[in-house]
Amino acid sequence: MSKPRIGILLSRVRVEEKLLIQAFQRLGVTAEVFDDRQVVFELGNPPALPVDVVVERCINHSRALYALRILGDAGVPCVNDYEVALVCGNKLETTSVLRARGVPTPRCLIAFTPASALEAIDRLGYPVVLKPAVGSWGRLVAKVNDRESAETLLEHKEVLGSYHHSIFYIQEYIQKPGRDIRSFVLGDRTVAAIYRYGDHWITNTARGARAENCPVTDEIDRLSRTAARAVGGGVLAIDLLERPDGELLVNEVNYTMEFRNSVPATGIPIPDLVAEYVLDVARTGLPAQRAVAS
Amino acid sequence: MAFDAECPECGASVTLADDVMAGEIVQCAECGQELEVVEGDPWTLVKAPEEEEDWGE
Repeated sequence: MSKPRIGILLSRVRVEEKLLIQAFQRLGVTAEVFDDRQVVFELGNPPALPVDVVVERCINHSRALYALRILGDAGVPCVNDYEVALVCGNKLETTSVLRARGVPTPRCLIAFTPASALEAIDRLGYPVVLKPAVGSWGRLVAKVNDRESAETLLEHKEVLGSYHHSIFYIQEYIQKPGRDIRSFVLGDRTVAAIYRYGDHWITNTARGARAENCPVTDEIDRLSRTAARAVGGGVLAIDLLERPDGELLVNEVNYTMEFRNSVPATGIPIPDLVAEYVLDVARTGLPAQRAVAS
Repeated sequence: MAFDAECPECGASVTLADDVMAGEIVQCAECGQELEVVEGDPWTLVKAPEEEEDWGE
């Protein structure tokens, strides 16, 4: 077979995208870059991106989602695919799918009005964590310590927020040990994991948390792969929380994962492994499609 | 070979690596502004897009 044609759909060439492009080069493949600010799709026509597989690296969830829908309908395999992005790009969808598949997560209540949200927060018990359904990097995630804070926050959301903030995602606060865990799953392999240490309760490297290698224990491996399968599989970063008694919970699953801090921390060449996974998809199709075909 | 471009925010000189790519995001060491590299003759820098609500991983 001739060399597969790889497309990378992106918004900005950040460190991760550059590392991926270089990883493809090391495999002898020149990935063609498509800027989502310039691309135009005509629905029902052959895809605007004439490649064998598309690596989705958009920074906007909405652009990623719709591009993946269009490309998928046009028969272009994408890493990750539309269904995975649909679930993982929205915390409500993610948690609902994980819980339905029996994956342990923090307790989560959903409410649609400030009044019912307040009732839900009271029911869950303080502190709780309020999160926007769509968003990353710990933005607008709030730890609510008491009822007065809850009332204030809900009023602010109602008055100042866009319609996204009228869906209240209320999560049990987990007293984690100053760190969380991020694991990286490619297909059905957990290839690496990091601890993210931080003084702040939001331990996100985008918020200054420090990345250190985390040995992939059997439990981390099992839970990570189970979570990845639950959301549809692909190239995924799983965020895990540790309860004080050591129980692991899946907090979120990221479908356009960042790994710039994880490569030096783990010594695992994550971009190279992703590139190899993508080439495999180009040659043999997405794992789910292979399963259907077999 | 590395070359310099001007920061559109503060006018400082920003050195770009020889393997720089169009669309790459760099940061001005003087003012901290995130900048996007634009291919051309010469290559230039523009302010990187502001973060939007649905940005993320």
